[in-house]
Amino acid sequence: MIKDKVRVKTFKIDDVAVTGRSDSTILEVAKEHGIHIPTLCYLEGLSCVGACRMCIVEIKGSSKLIPSCTAKIKEDMEVITNSSRLIKHRKMILSMIFAERTHTCSVCVSNGHCELQSQATDIGLEHSLVPYIHKGFDVDASHKEYVYDPNRCILCTRCVRVCSEVEGAHALDILGRGISAKIIHDMDEPWSTSESCTSCGKCVQVCPTGALFEKGASATEMVKKKSIVTNLIQARKNK
Amino acid sequence: MIESLEELLAHALKKKESEKNSHEELRVCIGSSCASLGADELKKGLKTKVKDENLDKQCSVKGVGCNGLCSAAIMVSHYDKEKELETIYGGVEQNDIDDLVGIIKDKSSLENKKCDMNEPFFTKQKKIVLENAGVIDPDDIDDYIAHGGYIALFTALEEMRPEDIINEVKVSGLRGRGGGGYPTGLKWETVAKVESNQKYIVCNGDEGDPGAFMDRAVMEADPHKIIEGMALCAYACGADKGYIYVRAEYPEAVKKLNKAIKQARNNGILGNQIANSGFNFDLEVRLGGGAFVCGEATALVTSIEGNRGQPRQKPPHLSNSGLWGEPTILNNVETFANIAPIIKNGGEWYSSMGTKNSTGTKVFALTGNIKNTGLVEVPMGITLRELIYDIGGGVTDDKPLKAIQTGGPSGGCIPEELLDIKVDYDSLKEVGSIMGSGGLIVMDENSNMLEVARFFMEFSKDESCGKCVPCRVGTTELTNLLDKFVKKEASKSDFQLLKDMCEVVKESSLCGLGQAAPNPVLSTIKYFENEYLEGIKDD
Repeated sequence: MIKDKVRVKTFKIDDVAVTGRSDSTILEVAKEHGIHIPTLCYLEGLSCVGACRMCIVEIKGSSKLIPSCTAKIKEDMEVITNSSRLIKHRKMILSMIFAERTHTCSVCVSNGHCELQSQATDIGLEHSLVPYIHKGFDVDASHKEYVYDPNRCILCTRCVRVCSEVEGAHALDILGRGISAKIIHDMDEPWSTSESCTSCGKCVQVCPTGALFEKGASATEMVKKKSIVTNLIQARKNK
Repeated sequence: MIESLEELLAHALKKKESEKNSHEELRVCIGSSCASLGADELKKGLKTKVKDENLDKQCSVKGVGCNGLCSAAIMVSHYDKEKELETIYGGVEQNDIDDLVGIIKDKSSLENKKCDMNEPFFTKQKKIVLENAGVIDPDDIDDYIAHGGYIALFTALEEMRPEDIINEVKVSGLRGRGGGGYPTGLKWETVAKVESNQKYIVCNGDEGDPGAFMDRAVMEADPHKIIEGMALCAYACGADKGYIYVRAEYPEAVKKLNKAIKQARNNGILGNQIANSGFNFDLEVRLGGGAFVCGEATALVTSIEGNRGQPRQKPPHLSNSGLWGEPTILNNVETFANIAPIIKNGGEWYSSMGTKNSTGTKVFALTGNIKNTGLVEVPMGITLRELIYDIGGGVTDDKPLKAIQTGGPSGGCIPEELLDIKVDYDSLKEVGSIMGSGGLIVMDENSNMLEVARFFMEFSKDESCGKCVPCRVGTTELTNLLDKFVKKEASKSDFQLLKDMCEVVKESSLCGLGQAAPNPVLSTIKYFENEYLEGIKDD
């Protein structure tokens, strides 16, 4: 089979000259070149929604901030990933996530294995910059193997996307608007009664926090294996 | 079926002939404001009375769309066809039916309810979008045709190439009336140039700004004008399918549009081989559930596709990947309503009105502490002072004016000292507000600007879809902070946090809702900072 011609674009990220396939995003090229851009809602292989806004970058010549996970590369563009403005914004956005729901790490099942916690450590966020506004949701422990705690959910929708795009079940979706938005099973039913859930556990493995976790495991064992999902996606692509 | 311009003109003539014995018209406004006060019953009663008095051959009674002066609802106008003279009566009630019929008999009747047609409210307006509002019966396609409707479309199909239409729109200088102000001709040209077997035209009738009802009035008063504008756009851009997205809270507009679409289809104005030209175009109305965010372009098309109405990151823009991934034109109701007049009269005619960068006219919904609440259409470049004091009649109870809120939740508050600025896209932006879709709320000296800011932030908070963090959490945090200021419980650090958070929400939100949500706060901080400082508690 003759493959389509791959067109390549050359541009700069943080003053480093890089190249990437013309259909790549800034984030993908940055990863290829070992340049770190923080992400939360992004997961390799799933569709990109640009929702968490942690991966925002600046483009020289433009005052706008754009999410690198959805922005396609352009020839000669100059991307800045770590300006003081970006760091200030990311700190505030991360603070907002912490303030939105309960992320008391010391009592979280994912303490030490949480992407949100890691982001805070990396960025140097020692305390929330904004007041806590959490109202409280009921925990759903009805499933025989897994638990869903909406209080630790950051609405990254990785679970919704993996269930829909990889497992093909679409057992999960979002209910409500704004601050009341919540991930639900089927028509907001207890997880155990969901007829579309296949109990595959992919949602649990891709969840970046302690919102979805396995029953019976201790905090130290609560390591998510998101590579299972990304490897599966890659394997299907190569088929 | 009308198959040519010649047949269309003959159709118009036939309608006029059928009414040749009727020299007068009594036009009852049945727009939503008047209808809520019983305009339909008034019209029925009037019709019966006119017939009983054997005056029905001399004078027809018809329901028309919004006449504009909602503060004087129910409005009835008397039109003398020979003299081309219209007299408007305001505050008409059921028990005025006898006197209304008296107008036909002796012209001196109902003098106390007669509006002074020399008032600036009537003389300073320039009606293009609203030219048929209050004049034609929106339920009657023949009335639209008799008033020059569909001439632009049939002329274009017979005599113009698609690029000629785009050129006229470009020459007109028309900018999107939904709020963004993007040049309409340029948008159309982009989609026209994209190669695709399928393109869509979408009309945004999802008006959700508090205090705004411009688009509702146009949809209710003149639905065929929107259809004609969309058909011209489709011809220019190579599309054959269109959707009008209307919020379900506008049942009258939905009814009128559906009826108009059916009438247009029955007359061969929508469907296949329109005017024997090889041009096919059809339309459908899609109902929105009333989510404000669905007025945002990407959320709107997502909603039409049947998904949860959430925005997505641009690019790709709709011109490349819109409805079902196909190139799509999205304009709002008022933009489409400007198209037929532009094609009929030429782009230069349109650009001769208004200012250099904001041509033509703009429809505003005047509300708040203003005497003449209602719908007005004014040339761009008119000053805010003329708009408020001449056309609007000034502040209620002649109180001092404090501020004017333009652009809805995405806009800002303009203080009294800037009353002499011109009303155009650039001038409003310069002072920290926006044109928006045209909601204009007047506030007198008793208004508390902190409460105004909180009201709009609370609205944005309630309407945030929840997809991106800065909008979802930021609008809630900002509402809570503003609440502290209103209650005079804020600290100095809260003021800094308020400003910092506004910056983050504005610069990092995903779509226009979040990006614009801090505007009412930022503009009130700019012009009324003392009120914020007064909201800080003493240590």
